Amino acid sequence: METSIGEPFVMRALLAGLGLALIAAPLGCFVMWRRMAYYGETVAQSGLIGIALGLGFALNLTGSVLVVTLAVSGLLLLLSRQEIVPLDSLLGILAHAALALGVIVASLVRGPQVDLMAFLFGDIFAVTIVDLRWVLFGGIGSLIALMVIWRPLLALSVHEDLAAAEGVPVDRVKLIFMIILALVVAIAIKIVGVLLTVAFLIIPAAAARPLSETPEQMAFFAAIFGMLSVAMGLFVSISIDTPGGPSIVLVLTILFLSSILPTVLRHRR
Amino acid sequence: MQDPLHERRPLPLAAPADEDCGHPHHHGGTPGPRRANALIGARGLSFKHNGRSILQAIDLDIHRGEIVTLIGPNGAGKTTLVRTLIGLLKPTEGELWRAADLVIGYAPQRFDLDKTIPMTVARFVAMGSATATPGDIDQALKEVGASKLDDRQISELSGGELQRVILARALVRKPQLLVLDEPVRGVDYTGEAELYTLIGALRTQHDLGVLLVSHDLHVVMAQSDRVVCVNRHICCSGVPETVAQHPEYARLFGAQAARAFGLYHHHHDHRHDLAGEPQPAHRGGLRSLPEA
Repeated sequence: METSIGEPFVMRALLAGLGLALIAAPLGCFVMWRRMAYYGETVAQSGLIGIALGLGFALNLTGSVLVVTLAVSGLLLLLSRQEIVPLDSLLGILAHAALALGVIVASLVRGPQVDLMAFLFGDIFAVTIVDLRWVLFGGIGSLIALMVIWRPLLALSVHEDLAAAEGVPVDRVKLIFMIILALVVAIAIKIVGVLLTVAFLIIPAAAARPLSETPEQMAFFAAIFGMLSVAMGLFVSISIDTPGGPSIVLVLTILFLSSILPTVLRHRR
Repeated sequence: MQDPLHERRPLPLAAPADEDCGHPHHHGGTPGPRRANALIGARGLSFKHNGRSILQAIDLDIHRGEIVTLIGPNGAGKTTLVRTLIGLLKPTEGELWRAADLVIGYAPQRFDLDKTIPMTVARFVAMGSATATPGDIDQALKEVGASKLDDRQISELSGGELQRVILARALVRKPQLLVLDEPVRGVDYTGEAELYTLIGALRTQHDLGVLLVSHDLHVVMAQSDRVVCVNRHICCSGVPETVAQHPEYARLFGAQAARAFGLYHHHHDHRHDLAGEPQPAHRGGLRSLPEA
């Protein structure tokens, strides 16, 4: 495939990817600090149900995904209050159930011709102007909301009881964070797919950790790593004709490994 | 939002749970009517979780300038009691009140801190109070002897250092009451002695009330004005020497633990046994374990 960098669909892919990397960076830091990677995975996989429903009822896909991710977040909040089944098992159950349900609903509403691969791994080169608008406005909204709860969210991520004892309204802050996460996941799914969304959240954050001395630095470096990987991943994808989303994730992983390796070696001695 | 710790929260006084412990004991840390000058007080405090009783009929007062040590075996409900007292849990029954405008400095166990968050010591301390100035932070770190740590990463600190830094975060709130959850757990003997000395000094300097939780039964801080022995209810309480000789204490922790009950004193009057385990020295009516 001969593709020129300047083509509109490439520019849209680049803009969507860079915007998403910017939004996902600070949020991904909290997902990592709060050990919510599996939580994010479950919410993201439930997005497939939203995609299927959106296709079936001819709705905006990001909008219908957002409704489902919010509903699943609420369900998780409710189910996490029991103590008989541990949280990781619960997340595993729901993630797979959501994936199964999503595939079934997709086959029912559109027949087998629905391109599942595009939704599982995303199709960044198919990003539309509407998708870009979601990235822009959803991104600004989620970043502002995150800035507002930054201090209390940071405090309860360090130590929840300590934050609560110091007067942080823990439940409210956690709820707002879950809503922001559901929104960003919904935006990301259309671009990088239900299976790679969490990679966009946690890999830049993890790569930024060894270089950072403050939480804000980590969010900043995560954004740099994320955007760098988008640019490099898309370039690789166009040059050697590999799928866009997976190429970005691989570049991210290489950056992460090079960032963490010196720390690992230092601790070995 | 209003700080929940600052509001007086009287709850309807309920009759104490009538569970027969099969032995004579009093339930009260400091029984009787509420005392006006208590920083924090509880009467008939009970807590149930999933229908299971965790705490029963707890009476407890903590006053300014007083160190109260809470001891009890694992699962005795010490942490639940502390969480209830500082307002993180709502008691199922009983009455709980706090002095008007009471500021609590809470120091949780250092093991629960998240170390994947990059953060300097100064920043961590600053999180304790939205109004803290850099001067307040320096002052709090200085008071715990951790001035030099201010730009170190939380994740790089040793156990003892981290414990001091947590204490500094509690102090930066300028509290009247310090609540310390197992501050010496996992700290070596010298570190433990230093921490106890520090806590005693802070109490004196700021006229603080201190609630100290400990599951280490061998060494209880000698400066404790009261030791309260908890096993769902308050088994016994009193000055450290009295508690050590209380039959309830021996029943709860075993005769050997009761014999080994020691007190940490200001001067380093301990010795080490052959296994290197520190043994508190003989004191008053207490005996220390025989040499190994």
